[in-house]
Amino acid sequence: MLNKMKNKIVSDRRKFILNMARGVGIATLGGFVWSAYIDEATASQLILRPPGAIKEEDFLKTCIKCGLCVEACPFDTLLLAKPGDNKPLGTPYFIPRDIPCYMCPDIPCVPICPTGALDESSVTTDGELDINVSEMGLAVIDDESCIAFWGIQCDACYRACPLLGEAITIEYKKNIRTGKHALMTPIVHSEICTGCGLCERACVTEKAAIFVLPKEVAMGRVGNYYIKGWDKKDHMRLENASEIKSTTEISKKSAIDSLNSGLEDLY
Amino acid sequence: MITIWNNYRYLFFRRFTQIGLLILYFGANAWGWTILMGNLSSSVFLKIVPLSDPYAALQMLAAGAIMSVDILLGVFIVAMFYLLIGGRAFCSWVCPVNIVTDAAALLRRKLDIDLVSKKQPASRNMRYWVLVLSLVISFIMGITAFEFISPISMLHRGIIFGLGFGWAAMLIIFLFDLFVLKNGWCGHICPLGGFYSLVGKFSLIKVKHTAENCTACMRCKTVCPEHQVLYMIDKESLPVLSGECTNCARCIEVCDDDALSFSIRKLINNKKTGE
Repeated sequence: MLNKMKNKIVSDRRKFILNMARGVGIATLGGFVWSAYIDEATASQLILRPPGAIKEEDFLKTCIKCGLCVEACPFDTLLLAKPGDNKPLGTPYFIPRDIPCYMCPDIPCVPICPTGALDESSVTTDGELDINVSEMGLAVIDDESCIAFWGIQCDACYRACPLLGEAITIEYKKNIRTGKHALMTPIVHSEICTGCGLCERACVTEKAAIFVLPKEVAMGRVGNYYIKGWDKKDHMRLENASEIKSTTEISKKSAIDSLNSGLEDLY
Repeated sequence: MITIWNNYRYLFFRRFTQIGLLILYFGANAWGWTILMGNLSSSVFLKIVPLSDPYAALQMLAAGAIMSVDILLGVFIVAMFYLLIGGRAFCSWVCPVNIVTDAAALLRRKLDIDLVSKKQPASRNMRYWVLVLSLVISFIMGITAFEFISPISMLHRGIIFGLGFGWAAMLIIFLFDLFVLKNGWCGHICPLGGFYSLVGKFSLIKVKHTAENCTACMRCKTVCPEHQVLYMIDKESLPVLSGECTNCARCIEVCDDDALSFSIRKLINNKKTGE
């Protein structure tokens, strides 16, 4: 009798432990599948966010997906990602070739954001909203399909730009092919361009030769190694520099030796 | 006619609020109405009052987002409403997925599927596991984990801003509830339901049972989506104190013997009964 009771107690405990283990097992399985899905779903980089959007990584955790910015947009530029769009679900974005951002001076989409995922202070100069300082993306030109680089006169993007003559300028060059004409080619200036996409919308080619990419995608990064010696401000960085002796394979020889070595030490 | 009204009056009101809210949200996006803008994640009532989903905010907190004043205020208003008054009423009076799962439950009863598969293979406590898991993943990945997969958001956002493939999620939930698990989504898995079960535990509005009037027809238990909360039926006159009760009032309206009714919980009595 006593033995039987003892058995029962043990089996109850076993049952409890087993149940807990089962729960942990299912939670681990579910958790990893869930995390993996989210990791994939948020990995897409080529998304243009509304003006004033904070860094993508912070944006994804801060945006509550309420769609108030989408409702505030008077041009129906902004869309809310829905299942099948292959973008982080419920977050706002826009496709400039369809509807670009028309850069409203009162920026209705930003102050309405309840979470601060669209940061008012990032589109404010001297206490007033200023759409011209927004950084939604950067227009990039494919000079092979841009007909201006062929010598055909086209300044559609230049004319469409709301920051006319600032974000896009036209460069005159000699047309070597004909010898007597000029090439008038567009250049985008990254520090001015807001990424509104009006140029992409205006581009006359079948698939736009000028298109907006998120700044993070469109631009490189120099890092700390190079300093503009001719730029006083940049040169100041040298003052805090500490001496670091690098010990790579190449640096074992003197620079001249390395250059004269036929570069085999690079491979 | 009167009995039909009596048997479906709360259901009518619930569908009215659920669909009415969706129409208000839809109108805000489509025609620029300003009564209720946004969606169930966060909205603005009459252009002034912020309303925010406390569970979404909790995930944001876990993910390490900086909380704005608007969100905190919105969360406070919504949380206080369900905490003090509504209980888990969000699930049956607001959430649009409720219409889908109610339809599945109805069809399940009509097809007598319940008679075939009596034993439920899953625990209703699963939702609390999912709730904890969502916060853990939010914390580790720095992202609002449930908000990126939530079929609730998919549906209500879909109705307001365009559905995309959201219908597939609804089909999955419908079929899951119909064939796999009775009240599977709302009663077992949904972490938002679990969250409101915890929040709504101490609310004032509760269903009350009067055992003397009960004829033990058990119709209430048949229609109840959380039938475990009605454990006292035909046994004791007690209020339904479990937070898992959604205050949907289906039990009240199907009861022809006046054994169930809404009541305001008496806080002092409540302490005496111990629950």
